[in-house]
Amino acid sequence: MTRDIAAARIMPSGADWSATAQRWRVPLLTVALAALPWIVPSQALAVNILIFGLYATGFNLLFGFAGMLSFGHAAFFGAGAYGAGIALARYGVGWFGAIAIGVAVAGVLALLIGALSIRSRGIYFSMVTLALAQLVYYVAFQATDWTGGENGLRGLTVSVIHIGPLALNFLDPVTKYYVILVFVVAALYAISRLLNAPFGAAMEAVRENESRAAAIGYDVKRIKLIAFTLSGLVCGLAGTLDALHLSIVPIDTLFYQTSGLAVMMVLLGGSGTFLGPFVGAAIFLLIEDVFSIWTPHWQLFVGIVFILAVLFLPRGVWGTLAAWHKRRSA
Amino acid sequence: MTGPVLVAEHIGKRFGGFTALDDVSVSFEAGQLTAIIGPNGAGKSTFFSLLSGAVAPTSGRIRFEGADVAGQPHHRFTRMGIARSYQITSLFPQLTAHENVRLACQAIHASARGGLWRDRAHYPGLAEEADSTLALVGLLARRGRPAASLAHGEQRALEIAVALASRPKLLLLDEPTAGMSPEETKEMMDLIARLASERTVLLVEHKMKMVMGLADRIVVLHQGKLLAAGTPDAIRTDADVRRVYLGEGRSGRG
Ligand SMILES: Nc1ncnc2c1ncn2[C@@H]1O[C@H](COP(=O)(O)OP(=O)(O)OP(=O)(O)O)[C@@H](O)[C@H]1O
Ligand SMILES: [Mg+2]
Repeated sequence: MTRDIAAARIMPSGADWSATAQRWRVPLLTVALAALPWIVPSQALAVNILIFGLYATGFNLLFGFAGMLSFGHAAFFGAGAYGAGIALARYGVGWFGAIAIGVAVAGVLALLIGALSIRSRGIYFSMVTLALAQLVYYVAFQATDWTGGENGLRGLTVSVIHIGPLALNFLDPVTKYYVILVFVVAALYAISRLLNAPFGAAMEAVRENESRAAAIGYDVKRIKLIAFTLSGLVCGLAGTLDALHLSIVPIDTLFYQTSGLAVMMVLLGGSGTFLGPFVGAAIFLLIEDVFSIWTPHWQLFVGIVFILAVLFLPRGVWGTLAAWHKRRSA
Repeated sequence: MTGPVLVAEHIGKRFGGFTALDDVSVSFEAGQLTAIIGPNGAGKSTFFSLLSGAVAPTSGRIRFEGADVAGQPHHRFTRMGIARSYQITSLFPQLTAHENVRLACQAIHASARGGLWRDRAHYPGLAEEADSTLALVGLLARRGRPAASLAHGEQRALEIAVALASRPKLLLLDEPTAGMSPEETKEMMDLIARLASERTVLLVEHKMKMVMGLADRIVVLHQGKLLAAGTPDAIRTDADVRRVYLGEGRSGRG
């Protein structure tokens, strides 16, 4: 029997290829992102793809892998941005400390909102996350002394970043891009590890069949809460990087449109895939970048592309490519 | 005899105003194969849901190896050693046959279950365990196929493999041969006989003849109540059972 097992485990070359691609997905994405500023039309677009790609990846962790559709992830992106921004602007915390604080604030908020929302399932779960995130928006809108209210939070310009003896000019777009890239790559590495680890498998079990997951011994509530919190942490990191990048935190950061952005980017690129969210973010932001020069109605074009993608590429652009390759090599 | 593994004491389950299971008391001896029979809607699957911890009883107690376990979360039952296969196939459809089983192996190892960092492939033994379980049900050649793409009979076999992978002391099988061809049914019955030689098994099965030959003991449910329990011979001659079950001509079903 052992020999049968050994024989059955010899995979076809196609599966070999995807196993290799999987092993190298973080280095490959890192190279692609490192080259991005020299490929896309503007530096600003490159930074946005970086930040929103990470944001979408964080959202995908919950939606694509654990199967939970949150409409409230703006809260975590915003909590990261405001957390870091307030630490910088109001308390004079250093840039690195501000990032840590922003991420921690987002994590605590995700733990709270997660604990409340995972009691419901399906559309009710989505609605609870939406409602709680709007509550956070409302609080930020009112707490003018802390957040600057509807004018947004200002005065958090980071001009120089000190790393040991090194002083980097953060106002230089290229330097800024690569500093942010370091954080994004570190997060991607951690997420890739997580997805390959037993917990990643357990999340997929919950996505595929929640009651059977419990039946084979998984504590589904616990898995959901951990997934929710980790997803919030990643989106929080994206938020802190956005605050550092923009030097202000607009109140819109917390608005439900920001939540919708994550949903659109992930569906566009391919949910439940590692690279999909970045592909989706890049397509979305590229359309915005190109069409907003021509017309103020650029959202119409994004909308059309989104509808076409949902209708004809239900697995998303990257998800379809990956599935197509898998089929061909199977 | 090492005594009962599982004891149900006066357990009942109501769904709103409807009583699906009413005051059922049975105990299951270690090492025995017990068949649960009864007409459609008798409460057999509900009984399994209570015994496996999927649903908490609205009354009564469940003792597993002496401890009162009723009301504990589902995953605790599984980790204690009770696992169940479903009448209606319940798998992880997009995941491969191998991954379906490996997930169950992973779940019962506390050290592997929730790991956040080390690659799942580096937990020794889990993949091998999953493959040998697949081999046991004759699915090894299909290990890389998504569960959803398997034929009905194969999905039924995978259903059993997933339950087996929890290494249960008590295995509950809910109509494992549902929708299977005669040849597949025969293979499945042989497999169940083999499984029963190593652990305690409860089996819900409509095919009366097979159950009679296979089971050490038979429990008959009817309209949510315990009608009779005893050896196949005793059940065959039981007046109540003949009246409500055999008398209805149900022995030929399936
Ligand atoms: N979740 C539920 N809510 C309401 N009623 C239920 C529920 N589950 C089962 N029932 C009812 O309880 C009764 C017993 O159902 P159960 O599935 O346990 O029967 P069964 O003996 O397994 O039948 P079958 O042979 O058809 O599988 C049925 O009348 C069924 O309609
Ligand atoms: Mg049933």
